[in-house]
Amino acid sequence: MLLIEDLHVKVGDKEVLHDINLHIKEGETHVLLGPNGSGKTTLLMTIMGFASYSITEGKIAFKGEDVTKMKAHERAQRGIGMLFQRPPTISGLKLGKMLSAISRTKDEDIAELAKSVHMDKFLERDINKGFSGGEIKRSEVLQLMIQNPDFVMLDEPESGVDLENISLIGTAIGSLLEKEKHLIKRKKSGLVITHTGFILDYIDADKGHVMCDGEIKCHGNPREILKDIKQRGYKECLECRHQ
Amino acid sequence: MPRMPSPVKSPELSGPDRDRVAQVGIDLAMKNRCGSYLQMDQDVVHAECSEQGIEVLSFKKAMEKYDGMKEYTWQAVSPEKDDITRYVAAQKDPEGYVIIAHKGSNNILPIQACLYLGREQIQHVHNIIVAEEGAELHIISGCTSGEHVGKGGAHYGISEFFVKKDAKISFTMIHNWSENIEVYPRSASIVEDNGVFLSNYVCMQPVKKIQMYPTATLKGVNTVARFSSVVISTPGSYMDLGSRAILEGTGASAELITRAITKGGTIISRGHINGKTAGTRGHLECKGLILKDGLIYAIPEIEGSVVGTELSHEAAVGKLAKDEIEYLMSRGLDEDEATATIIRGFLDVKIAGLPEALQKQIDASIDEAEKAGF
Repeated sequence: MLLIEDLHVKVGDKEVLHDINLHIKEGETHVLLGPNGSGKTTLLMTIMGFASYSITEGKIAFKGEDVTKMKAHERAQRGIGMLFQRPPTISGLKLGKMLSAISRTKDEDIAELAKSVHMDKFLERDINKGFSGGEIKRSEVLQLMIQNPDFVMLDEPESGVDLENISLIGTAIGSLLEKEKHLIKRKKSGLVITHTGFILDYIDADKGHVMCDGEIKCHGNPREILKDIKQRGYKECLECRHQ
Repeated sequence: MPRMPSPVKSPELSGPDRDRVAQVGIDLAMKNRCGSYLQMDQDVVHAECSEQGIEVLSFKKAMEKYDGMKEYTWQAVSPEKDDITRYVAAQKDPEGYVIIAHKGSNNILPIQACLYLGREQIQHVHNIIVAEEGAELHIISGCTSGEHVGKGGAHYGISEFFVKKDAKISFTMIHNWSENIEVYPRSASIVEDNGVFLSNYVCMQPVKKIQMYPTATLKGVNTVARFSSVVISTPGSYMDLGSRAILEGTGASAELITRAITKGGTIISRGHINGKTAGTRGHLECKGLILKDGLIYAIPEIEGSVVGTELSHEAAVGKLAKDEIEYLMSRGLDEDEATATIIRGFLDVKIAGLPEALQKQIDASIDEAEKAGF
């Protein structure tokens, strides 16, 4: 599904990602762990195709096609989607209007989907304006439900969300990733940034990667890595893995 | 049984000019309108209203019928205000429309008034709009010029509004002039106890120069005035726009909202709220977007002179935010679609108390500009 080879990324004059290699197969969900500022969000923004993240070396292939030079909307149209941790507020633009703009389905479906994540009362509100943490995430999930990407990137889907909302958002994300389907039948893939690991209860992740200083330092079972990090912190965890 | 409104006959209009008239919200077939006034240059082509209790008359006829309309003529706007008012006041043969909603009447379907400039000249109009006690009156005023006005022309328009006790007027004005037309509306409204005055202005098309500063004087208690303006200025357009509310009655409140976009033209966005009495409130808001180098000059003024008046203003001028565009691009919209979607949202001002038909008309003229790529 997604193949990243020898990727180097600059933001401004500074190289922030060094020699990233990552292979996510169809139906797999990977977890990206790492301390704040290690480059996790940068990697997601680069995969999405945001202009400020310039790829200086390496390539990104999606479903066998080289997307390295494509713009964000071309990647989105090919099936890459992203849940933002802190999406911008767009004054005046109503959530419902945005959903209609990105949707190829009918308006009735939008209302129905909005109801399923308790966002039906927000369709006439400006996007993200005055939304709480949980509301922002529900709005993001709703946009992804309508976009229906084959590869879903989730940047801290549980941050700023209370326990009740985590269950709602987690279940919706699980279904975006076709977690209710049998392993063999799953077509959707994902890449998830998490600090708490709460989201892992809903998405049944396959692999974990730890990022530090713009590099992927180690790989393994996501729950085990998370357990190590929780017990010993990132510093010791990384040292341990390097031994 | 109310009479059915008859279609507006306008034999002089060519196909493209009919389209221009339609773009300013004028429905010549009268499907969703209850009355109509059409003035081409200085000729009154049509003046009629099918709604009981509401009259649409030419200025001349109204003067004859109501003995010079002394209670209203030049009572809200001073004839000595400036050169424009003096020019109109000096006319021997003034024209324009007079719309009177008599006591208790109301129209669900709006009345349309179209002022059409077809020849090189100065078109001058004097309009008087009255909503008597308890009446509710909705008007859409479309102003446009013919395709071939040659070297240009000018439109001088005096409009005097009188909102009596417990009455309401909504006045939606859509402009579609052209690069060689100068426009000088001079309008003022006087609002009495519990009266509501809504004024909406939309101009998405080029104009050489427009200069206006309509004023609402909220004389009565618990009166309301809301002004909203949505404008785009293209290269060569000079738009000096403002709105003013004078809060005199206890409980009076005003809201002045502007959304201005320059694509290379000039927009001067003025606003003034004067809180003269305790228990009054006012808010002024101007948001500007610079898409191409031009000028947006926002001059918000709030003036309070007594304890107990609460006034505020908010003004911001900026560019389209890159992160907002990319956010929409990450959902699959290309850059142009994302930009247009954000601009459409920026211009989307919903006006409380406006009938759906008029809100739709405002939306339609913005949609038209969106289709043309703003």
